[in-house]
Amino acid sequence: MRKMTFKQICTGVIALIAVGIFPLLTTNTFVQHIMILFFMFGMMGVAWNIMGGYAGMFSFGQVAFFGIGAYTSSFLLITYHVTPWIGLVAGGLVAAGVGAAIGYPCSNLRGHYFAIASIAFGEIVRTHFNNWKLIGAAEGLSLPMLNEGFKNFMFHSSKLPYYYIMLVFLIIALVICYLISTSKIGYYLRAIKESHDVAKVLGVNVVWYRLIAIMISAFLTAVAGTFYAQYILYIDPESVMLLPVSVQIVLISMLGGAGSVMGPVVGAAILIPISEVTRVWLGHKGTGVDMLIYGFLITLISVYQPKGVWGLFTNLGKRAR
Amino acid sequence: MGIIHEPGQEGKMKKACLEVKAVTKHFGGLYANDHIDFSVEEGEIVSIIGPNGAGKSTLFNCITGFYPPNSGKVFFFGEEITHRRADTICKMGVARTFQVVQIIGDMTVLENVMTGALLRYGKISHAVKKAEEVLAFTGLGEKKQFLGMALTIADKKRLEVSMALATQPKLLMLDESMAGLTVVELREMIDLIKSIRKNGMTLIVVEHVMEAVMEISDRVVVLNSGKKIMEGSPKEVVRNPDVIQAYLGERYVVGQ
Repeated sequence: MRKMTFKQICTGVIALIAVGIFPLLTTNTFVQHIMILFFMFGMMGVAWNIMGGYAGMFSFGQVAFFGIGAYTSSFLLITYHVTPWIGLVAGGLVAAGVGAAIGYPCSNLRGHYFAIASIAFGEIVRTHFNNWKLIGAAEGLSLPMLNEGFKNFMFHSSKLPYYYIMLVFLIIALVICYLISTSKIGYYLRAIKESHDVAKVLGVNVVWYRLIAIMISAFLTAVAGTFYAQYILYIDPESVMLLPVSVQIVLISMLGGAGSVMGPVVGAAILIPISEVTRVWLGHKGTGVDMLIYGFLITLISVYQPKGVWGLFTNLGKRAR
Repeated sequence: MGIIHEPGQEGKMKKACLEVKAVTKHFGGLYANDHIDFSVEEGEIVSIIGPNGAGKSTLFNCITGFYPPNSGKVFFFGEEITHRRADTICKMGVARTFQVVQIIGDMTVLENVMTGALLRYGKISHAVKKAEEVLAFTGLGEKKQFLGMALTIADKKRLEVSMALATQPKLLMLDESMAGLTVVELREMIDLIKSIRKNGMTLIVVEHVMEAVMEISDRVVVLNSGKKIMEGSPKEVVRNPDVIQAYLGERYVVGQ
C-alpha cells in the first residue's frame, strides 16, 4: 500500500539537501527567520493533520497545546533550572495529558461540534493562563539569558542552530506522520473520519484511537511551543495562545492538503512567507493583508483543487506518467 | 471463514449462536422493540421481516451495541453482550452491515476491506492478503483499486459485506443488503449469501425482498410495531393471516 516510490525518495533527498545548505548561502537573517517559522508552522500543520486530516477532528484549539509546551519548558527552566530539552519532553507530555483529558469527554463530538469545542478549549486555556499568577499571568515569562550552546537550547550569535534544530523537528514529525499513515492507526483514523459507525463495525475502538491521535498531535505541537519559547525568549498568552494562530495552523494544512503527509509543509511554505513579508513591509498598516491573500488562495484552492496544493502536485505527477 | 460444514448434519449438536431475551428499546413513549425474544442456532439463516418502522433496524442496533436496550439481554454463544461496546462485540465475532451503506468513500475497495482485516492482523501486508482473499470470494477482486465512492450501489453493498467478512465473524447480520438492486444484482447477492453460509457462517438478515427471504431463510421472525408477531419457516410465515394482514397483503397469498 502507499509505500514511497524511488522517485519520491529521490525528490525528498534533493529537497533535504537544498534546505540543508540553503542558510549557508544567505546571510540575510530575515530570510532565515522566515524559514525557521516555515518549519515551525509546517510541524504544527503536520501535527494538526494527524487529528484533522486523518481522523477528521477539526481542531481550532491547537494553540493551547503550543502554549502549554512553551509555558511548561519555560516555567521549569526559570523556576527549577531544568534544561529545555527535558522541558520539551515534559511540555509534550503535559499537552498530551491535557489533550486526552479534554478529548475524552468530547469523544462523541464530530464535525462542526468538535470544532466549536476546540475553539472553546483554546480560549479557556488562554484566559486561564492570562490570570495565573504563578506563571506570570498577562505579563508572561522572560527566559533568562544563559550561555549559548546546545545544552541550554540557546543561541545568540546566529540563527543557524535554531534553523537546523527546527528542521530536524519537522523531519521527525513528518516521519511520525508517515509511519502513522501507513500503519493500522492511519487506516483506523481514516475510517473514523468517514463515520464513527463504519469504524465501530470494523472493530475500531473509536474513543481510544481518537485519543491516540489527539495525544500525538498535542505532543508534537507542544514541542514546537518549547522551540518558540527558546527562539523568541519571551512568551505571554497574547503571543502563544491566540486563536488566530490556531486558525493559521488549520489554513496551512487545508491549503496544502489535509490528509496527506506533505500537504501541511507545502501549505506552510506558501502562507508563512506571505504572512511574514506583508507584516514587515506593511507594518501595522498592513495588518490583515496576509489574511486577505490567504482568503483569496483558500477560495481558489477549495474551488479548483479540494485536495489542496499537494493534491495538485500528485495529480500532475499521475498525468505525467 | 472457518470450518466448512454441511448445514444440518450436526443435528442436536448445534449451539445457540445468538439468544435475544425480552429486549426492549423505547424512544420516549415509542416502543421500537417490545420484549423481543428469539434465538439463532449455529449455521442457520434467520430473516427478520416486517413493515417499515417495525423495529428491525433498532433490534440490529440493540444486538450489535449501537443502542443500549432499556431492558432485556443478548447472549452470543452463551456470553452476555448486552451492554458491551460495538467494537468489542465486533471483536467477539458479530459483524453487520447498515441499511444505508457505510463504506469509506475515499479509500480504495482493497483498503476498505483491509481496514476490516486489520482487526485480526496487525501487519498491513497480512491484512492485504486476507482482504484479497475476501474480495476474490465476494467477486470484487477486479475492482479492488476503485475508490469506494466510485462504485455502483450494488457494488457498495457487496463491498460492505466484504468488509464485514474481513473481520472474520461467526455471525453476520445484513440489514437490507438487497434493497434497491436490479434482478440480476439480486440474484448475485442471493448466491453470495448462500456461498457465505456454505462456509459455515450464521446469518441474520433483515429484508423486504420476499423472494429472497423465501429462498435463503431457514426461519423467519416477523415484527410489527415493535412486537414479534410470529416466528416459523418461510412457508408457515407467508400462510399466517396475521402476517399477511400486517405486511404482505392479500396479493401475495394469491400469488402462492
